[in-house]
Amino acid sequence: MAADAKPRVKVPKTATAGEVITIKTLISHEMESGQRKDSDGNPIPRSIINRFTCDFNGQNVIDVTLEPAISTNPYFEFEATVPEAGEFKFTWYDDDGSVYEDAKSIEIA
Amino acid sequence: MKLTRRDALALGLGATAASFLPHRAMAAADEAIAEFTGGATPGEGGLTLTAPEIAENGNTVPISIDAPGAESVAIFATGNPTPKVATFNFGPLAGSQSATTRMRLAGTQDVVAVAKMADGSFVQVSSLVKVTIGGCGG
Repeated sequence: MAADAKPRVKVPKTATAGEVITIKTLISHEMESGQRKDSDGNPIPRSIINRFTCDFNGQNVIDVTLEPAISTNPYFEFEATVPEAGEFKFTWYDDDGSVYEDAKSIEIA
Repeated sequence: MKLTRRDALALGLGATAASFLPHRAMAAADEAIAEFTGGATPGEGGLTLTAPEIAENGNTVPISIDAPGAESVAIFATGNPTPKVATFNFGPLAGSQSATTRMRLAGTQDVVAVAKMADGSFVQVSSLVKVTIGGCGG
């Protein structure tokens, strides 16, 4: 599962200084809750993304702790202030230790 | 006291309803909330939780929170096997203290959001979501 986690992020390409923009993120991940059972009745072990962070030029925008109750393919929509041109960095932390990253740069129009 | 047929029916129905109430799950949710607030009693106001009234699919229930001035917001599902859903911590560059995500709900239940305000106080809001198909697998 971990191999095909594919992050998708939507960030505007430009903004005016100080503008508040909306960011949407989606990552493909099964988010196995640990509650389900396989066909033999054995519980399927939990395997989820447990943390998501978004930073802009090293400053934190949002830091989310995820629990098994978050749906398959975790989706987040939130707002960020853009003080200057720079890069948004998105990081997802998997239960198995994998880290998925994506980055989007934004320019001041 | 003479037990009429009507009384007996009412008693039976009441007992059935009481046994269906998820007492244990509620206690677990209260515990999880107390863990987040550190035992403080949350107040009201200043926090909006947007959840559908009826969710057809418990696997993906869209929810939004909006809490101007909050440091962090935690979401709890009182009727889920594990009540914790997510905790949002807002950093210095957060454009607003709001976020949207999708969550799983095991069945019809109250969804509770608790926000920690910048002054250290807590506010809480809850919303009943009716779920047609539960989202915990089987």
